[in-house]
Amino acid sequence: MEIAGTLRTAREMGLVACTSCTRVWPAGTERCGRCGHRLHTRAPLALQRVWAWWLVGVIAYVPANLYPMLSTRTLVASQEATIIGGAVDLARHGNWGIALVILTASVAIPLGKFLAIAMLALGVRHGSALTGSRRQQLYQVVEYIGRWSMIDVFVVAILASLVQLGAVASVSPGPASLFFALSVIFTMLSAQSFDSRLIWDAEREGRRA
Amino acid sequence: MTPAPQAIGPDLTAMIACPRCDAVYRAVQPGPGERAVCACCKTVLIAPRRRAGQQLIAVAVAVVVLVVAATLAPFLAIEVAGRSNASSVLDAALAFAAAGPVAILALAVAALIVFIPVLRALLVIYVLGPVVLDRPPAPHAAAAFRLSEELRPWSMAEIFVIGCAIALVKIADLAQVHFGPAFWMFAALVVLVVVQDGFMCRYSVWKSLER
Repeated sequence: MEIAGTLRTAREMGLVACTSCTRVWPAGTERCGRCGHRLHTRAPLALQRVWAWWLVGVIAYVPANLYPMLSTRTLVASQEATIIGGAVDLARHGNWGIALVILTASVAIPLGKFLAIAMLALGVRHGSALTGSRRQQLYQVVEYIGRWSMIDVFVVAILASLVQLGAVASVSPGPASLFFALSVIFTMLSAQSFDSRLIWDAEREGRRA
Repeated sequence: MTPAPQAIGPDLTAMIACPRCDAVYRAVQPGPGERAVCACCKTVLIAPRRRAGQQLIAVAVAVVVLVVAATLAPFLAIEVAGRSNASSVLDAALAFAAAGPVAILALAVAALIVFIPVLRALLVIYVLGPVVLDRPPAPHAAAAFRLSEELRPWSMAEIFVIGCAIALVKIADLAQVHFGPAFWMFAALVVLVVVQDGFMCRYSVWKSLER
């Protein structure tokens, strides 16, 4: 690929790039003539949106951990398990592997995502110790991994539909499943609102200064 | 018609901007199997493959068939103390329906694991069908392809399959579990979804819709 002059951004060249189909248009064009996507040199209010979704995501994550995710009734007992409680139970029964998978998917990854998005958003305003490429990688990891947190909600759905054996055993979903799903969805929206071009703007300004 | 503002002279249609970092390049089409990568942030910009169109359509058709079949057939069955129960993907999605306030999750789960994957596959067939047959693009093909791309993160059939595996282990002590035919269909689906994302060169699709 040939670099147009020295490596310059669309904004520096008086152009606006379509983030959906990579076409460039003269600055001020409102909609991409190829794919119809709205054009913005930088997404407007991008950071405010990131923080808004981030905040509701974090808020939803609290009841997701306090309420039961599943309630199980068997002939002898009935019990309700939260996310962490369920993992602890599994570990106690010797299922270390699965307990670890659940803890990673439902605790480590969501918390890591909150931290990573906050770091990226703060880095745009206040500079970051990480290089642009590192932060770009971090952003891609967050975008890629975000969806996988839904796995716990699907596990609840599968168990609740499968384990319906009348009096012998039955599983039903608890309120935490809703809050957890909302938290995952809000965090995905937060990550999607982030305009990764902002990472590179700060980087380029730093190089020039 | 007013003349377009001549910001930098050369033809804008020949340029490509990295969606991740805004760097602009004069696009040079790499050969099949080669990739053009952004020099600034290493994002893959162009990665054409020979006959990718036909392959993508074939995969999309397979996805539609598999999801529809897998939705209706039982995918897991359990047996405890002589009682048994089989569950289809649709049952799993609707498991939330009876649970009061959690009921909206039933819709969301059905969308994520059934409707969105099928819709994406149908959109790909609609967009690439005419291109592969050397016909002019279908009406609103650009909007259809953009929708399909925007839905990509929300298509979670492959995550559901891994969820099955975890659910199995969770109840392995409690009951005997059998795989139904739909489980294998969904497992095949995971492979297809990965293949589909690997073959898709967005730049080439947009180029072909330009005519």
